[in-house]
Amino acid sequence: MVVQRRRSVIPGFGITMGTSLLWLSLIVLLPLAALFLKTTELTFSQFVGIIASRRVLHAFQLSFGLSLAAAAVNLVFGTIVVWALVRYRFPGRKLLDAVVDIPFALPTAVAGIALTNLYAESGWLGGPLSQLGIKVAFTPLGIFVALVFIGLPFVVRTVQPVLEDLERELEEAAASLGASRWTIVRRVVLPAVAPALLTGFALALARAVGEYGSVIFIAGNLPNVSEIAPLLIVIRLQEFRYADATAIAAVMLIASFLLLFLINALQRWSETRAGNRA
Amino acid sequence: MTALPVTDLESSAPPACAIARPRKADAREDPPLVRRAIIAVAVGFLGLFIVLPLINVFAQAFAKGIETYLSALRDDDTRSAIHLTLLVAFTSVLLNGAFGLAAAWAIAKFDFRGKNVLITLIDLPFSVSPVIAGLVFVLLFGLQGLFGAWLAAHDIKIIFALPGILLATIFVTFPFIVRELIPLMQEQGTEEEEAALSLGASGIKTFIRVTLPNVKWALLYGVLLCNARAMGEFGAVSVVSGHIRGETNTMPLQIEALYEDYQSAAAFAVASLLALLALVTLIAKAALESRVGKD
Repeated sequence: MVVQRRRSVIPGFGITMGTSLLWLSLIVLLPLAALFLKTTELTFSQFVGIIASRRVLHAFQLSFGLSLAAAAVNLVFGTIVVWALVRYRFPGRKLLDAVVDIPFALPTAVAGIALTNLYAESGWLGGPLSQLGIKVAFTPLGIFVALVFIGLPFVVRTVQPVLEDLERELEEAAASLGASRWTIVRRVVLPAVAPALLTGFALALARAVGEYGSVIFIAGNLPNVSEIAPLLIVIRLQEFRYADATAIAAVMLIASFLLLFLINALQRWSETRAGNRA
Repeated sequence: MTALPVTDLESSAPPACAIARPRKADAREDPPLVRRAIIAVAVGFLGLFIVLPLINVFAQAFAKGIETYLSALRDDDTRSAIHLTLLVAFTSVLLNGAFGLAAAWAIAKFDFRGKNVLITLIDLPFSVSPVIAGLVFVLLFGLQGLFGAWLAAHDIKIIFALPGILLATIFVTFPFIVRELIPLMQEQGTEEEEAALSLGASGIKTFIRVTLPNVKWALLYGVLLCNARAMGEFGAVSVVSGHIRGETNTMPLQIEALYEDYQSAAAFAVASLLALLALVTLIAKAALESRVGKD
């Protein structure tokens, strides 16, 4: 990184920049670099052999597939929640707004055992559901439920400020030109919040793919059935198969970096859209 | 009888007002049925997916009575887990707070090339799976790791011991404090600091007397979030801790251990403490948000 400082009377650039870069390198950059360094110890065919094995492929498929599904559900219901919170005034609205942050604040292990207990056959929801023939706990459906739980705030908190800032004149102009309410929502509101919706979706997806704590209790963790990729990393580590764990982790890390890149691009798009309108 | 014209006048006032502001509220108003349906779906979804699990934590914790609850919390291994969690959270907050202030100072008060790259790198731990956050330290300091042989020869334990737990926790909570400070300090600019310095205050004094009071609420906000995540971190710590009861089990790991032992009530008792922490954090966060808004 090229560091070039403008002349300034404020002191302390050298020391604060130096300690920041040192600490960042020691805690974040070097450890992540060590992961890629370890991956290079594998030959290409070894790497492919690990990644293309049935169990690993299934874990990836499960993690990414269910994360996409959960993020999609959060996109729909998150949008409904945002609409209720921003556009309507009703008793308990503030409480509802606070409830959205619970998955952020509740430790994943706590969420994990609470959801498992809730959806187990003896649980409040699992009992009635099992009478309908639906098994949630210890199946991929359980993983999906946990991923919906942890992903929701990402969609709501990304879309909420954008909908709040949306100028009322836009909708009023459309209404005065005779557009129906549904047309206004579809043609005026939706395009304006689209970048935020996509960003929220991508953030929920990124979080869900790497999620571990809230999932492993409810998943059942059967290889080739309900075993997520992060759990497979842990299992390989416990078997001292470091190369396998590293290869799986490297693929996941690259996927998260791609998502991060996408999210950054989306946020820039969102900001320029807002900027153009103002 | 004389009151009648007056009431007439009053009741005619609102329509006049409505004519003056032609149907402004109506353009954004949804049909009542839609409105009711949306609120019902929002409340139902949040209630079912978010609130019910939280209520279940407390219900299960007290399912076998208050005595079982208290005795679960008096257990030696659980107490040691609580102590370890407090120690780890305190250390993480302290170190990430110091880093956050230094990094925010460098980033917000100076112009340099690569600033956005640096901010992205600081945010990186947010997009890394907790399991991978633990794995990287095993690859560095584990027995088969890069420095494993050297550490073993010098009898230094990092993995399956306190230092590893600290490293993993600091990694996952890395961005929490600094990302609250950077935007605020950027917004505040350098004028106040420049004024203090021109009046002869030293750099350190300027920082303590001018900068720090300006960012104290944002700092506290970051500390709150960092602490909550540090106390609740499971995946990263699980990989590096070794799960030694009474020694390297933090509270979330102790919950897992109890739950797998079929001591459900005890597991939920410990979980209820962390759930309480989450609720307190949310309330404090809401209080701080209104304060930060006022500043």
